[in-house]
Amino acid sequence: MTTVLNPAGPATSAGPAPAPGRSHRRSGSVRQRIEIAVLMTPALVLFLGFVILPVVLAAVYSLYNLPPAFRWEHLADPERFVGLANYERAFGTPEFVRAIGNNFFILIASLLVQGPLAIGIALLLNRPMRGRSVLRLLIFVPYVLAEVIAGLSWKLLLQPQGGVNAALEAIGLGEWRQNWLADPDIALWTLFFILTWKYLGFAIILMLAGLQGVPEELAEAAAIDGASWWQIQRHITIPLLGPTIRIWAFLSMIGALQLFDMVWVTVAPTVRSMSTETMATYMVQQGQFAGQPGYGSAIAVILFFISLIVALVYQRFALRRDLAGAITRGVR
Amino acid sequence: MNRRSTMRLVTLTAATGLALASLTACSSGDGGGGEGGGDGEVTITWWHNGTTGPLPQVWEEVAQEFEADHPGVNVEQTGYQNEELQRTLIPNALAAGDPPDLFQVWPGGELRDQVENGYLMPLDDEIPDTIESVGAAVNPWQVDGETYAIPFTFGIEGFWYNTDLFEQAGIDAPPETFDELLDVVEQLKDAGITPIAVGAGDKWPAAHWWYQFALKSCSPEALEAAEAESDFSDDCWVEAGEQLEEFLAIEPFQEGFLGTPAQQGAGSSAGLIANGQAAMELMGHWNAGVIGGLTADQQVPEFLGWFPFPGIEGAAGDPTAALGGGDGYGCSSEAPPECAELLEYIMSEEVQAKFAASGSGIPTVPAATESLEDENLKAVADGLAEASFVQLWFDTAFGTTVGNAMNEGITNLFGGSGSPEDIVTKMQDAAATQ
Repeated sequence: MTTVLNPAGPATSAGPAPAPGRSHRRSGSVRQRIEIAVLMTPALVLFLGFVILPVVLAAVYSLYNLPPAFRWEHLADPERFVGLANYERAFGTPEFVRAIGNNFFILIASLLVQGPLAIGIALLLNRPMRGRSVLRLLIFVPYVLAEVIAGLSWKLLLQPQGGVNAALEAIGLGEWRQNWLADPDIALWTLFFILTWKYLGFAIILMLAGLQGVPEELAEAAAIDGASWWQIQRHITIPLLGPTIRIWAFLSMIGALQLFDMVWVTVAPTVRSMSTETMATYMVQQGQFAGQPGYGSAIAVILFFISLIVALVYQRFALRRDLAGAITRGVR
Repeated sequence: MNRRSTMRLVTLTAATGLALASLTACSSGDGGGGEGGGDGEVTITWWHNGTTGPLPQVWEEVAQEFEADHPGVNVEQTGYQNEELQRTLIPNALAAGDPPDLFQVWPGGELRDQVENGYLMPLDDEIPDTIESVGAAVNPWQVDGETYAIPFTFGIEGFWYNTDLFEQAGIDAPPETFDELLDVVEQLKDAGITPIAVGAGDKWPAAHWWYQFALKSCSPEALEAAEAESDFSDDCWVEAGEQLEEFLAIEPFQEGFLGTPAQQGAGSSAGLIANGQAAMELMGHWNAGVIGGLTADQQVPEFLGWFPFPGIEGAAGDPTAALGGGDGYGCSSEAPPECAELLEYIMSEEVQAKFAASGSGIPTVPAATESLEDENLKAVADGLAEASFVQLWFDTAFGTTVGNAMNEGITNLFGGSGSPEDIVTKMQDAAATQ
């Protein structure tokens, strides 16, 4: 009776179980299958209905030219079927090509700026010092804040008459004042600064966690051999931090490609469409606000494939050894 | 010992539960249409955009009065934020086949779309007298001569200005020609006052400047061809952009206008007017309420005045034409007949007068205009009465897709990238995708 509910599954229960009768075993496995079916059905229905089906539907919609409030009849209308025209249009639209460029700008700039910065700060915070836990907590605060709250706060600070410009003037740097979020030439840089402020804490916490896994003995041994603090960091700590850095970079890349909320909240629509549009904001703008669900779906599919390709390539070349034995087991 | 039968029971219960859930889902879907039960009870769902000011109160009272006069009829009215209602809630409810019975209908392209899909109830046979009572204001809510919704408020756009700042700059009277407007801008600048606030960050407030130039430059035939056939080949559409370019060159707007929102917070264009930081703003008839909501005491400021957009000398367009728009209600094609009755009641002189007296907007039934108490609304109503004809907001009239592309082209011009020709090209490209 105890074998019936064995969580290890049929493979183990069938093997060394003490001489189970043939009919008994079959009824056991049938029962188990029913059990699995009953327990999995809700999750499976949810997953298929709310993840897989919408993805498939988006791909279908992307082949049509649809009005804002469309019905199933529109999909049956041969005149609405436009094939790959929506995709052609997307790649022929300078705004969308720029949006892709912006995503990759944020992606690369995040890796180049946030990565070294986070590692450096994490190394500093990993040394014993007074008030270390308070510092760690403070650095993590921006990440804990809700995106919209952080975005709105920066938006207010960066107004032409806002706090940042007032502060610059107060310390005699009046000629540095800018229309930080209203000038299309610098809005993307301002946005990148806000994103760095927001997500640096997360990177630092990850790196700090990774540093806890670096054995103290190695550093001590190196120190006995006469290695300097810099040499220890360069040749021991950072290489051993590799898995953490690679995972952080992966999360950062996906975040950069899917970037939506911070842009949507902080940058006014006009400036956004002139200089800081991302694929996701362009998708919402065109699909929802310009009333073109077909075209918006095509953008969504493009975004999906770009993210997928980046993720697969990265996994193949950078993450493989970290994940070996986990999700890539059996893949050679 | 009875584990097998326990298992069976669990399976059975789960299966029944799933089946029941899907059944109830079906039945609730059917019941949502407002058909009502067999006992004569009818429920009318009503979605409107009254969320602030006195308007929610007005609609709640209207619903209660209608219920009192019609035993067995329940009216469930709900107010939603305007853009949320227009862009998300109503399209989704219509597409899902479960729309509210009475709801806000925007004229122009969206109306045409909804009519083509058979979402709206034709009203000409249901409430002909009501349609007649609002006169020409109903035109934008008609498709091929059939009426599908009726506007309960309609107004025009003009300049909301600060009389104190005008006085301070030595300006005696609001400008009556475009050249005078340019002089006024100069005088205000000389006095160290930001002449005009524009919420260009939200796109449409900037676009309205171009609309005004186009309206004053385009002949009625060119406007007609644009609206009916998406034909933007007339030179006047490019001319509008050129005029806007010239106007932008004198730098009449506040610093960093590309990032300024129209209505949110003290830093918005309405907020700049409310706090005396800019002298005027080109905006629709609703603006007094928005400005009032952004002052420290939540009152419409004493200094606020209104004048219409002046005509441009030598331009092909009608100098007294005005740009405007309104809010209308229509019934879903699946709504019970009581929906039209409720609409008839909303459009009655009594309710219209109450609407006007509350200061929520300008009523469309002429007799109710007398009940207007707010000075600014009276000024707009006079401007409306004096306008030779009213052109619907271009982005509404041309439909969402063209409107969106047009506004983007115009804001690019505001941002110094793009040309007057680019705006027209964008509009033509967008029209070609439809």
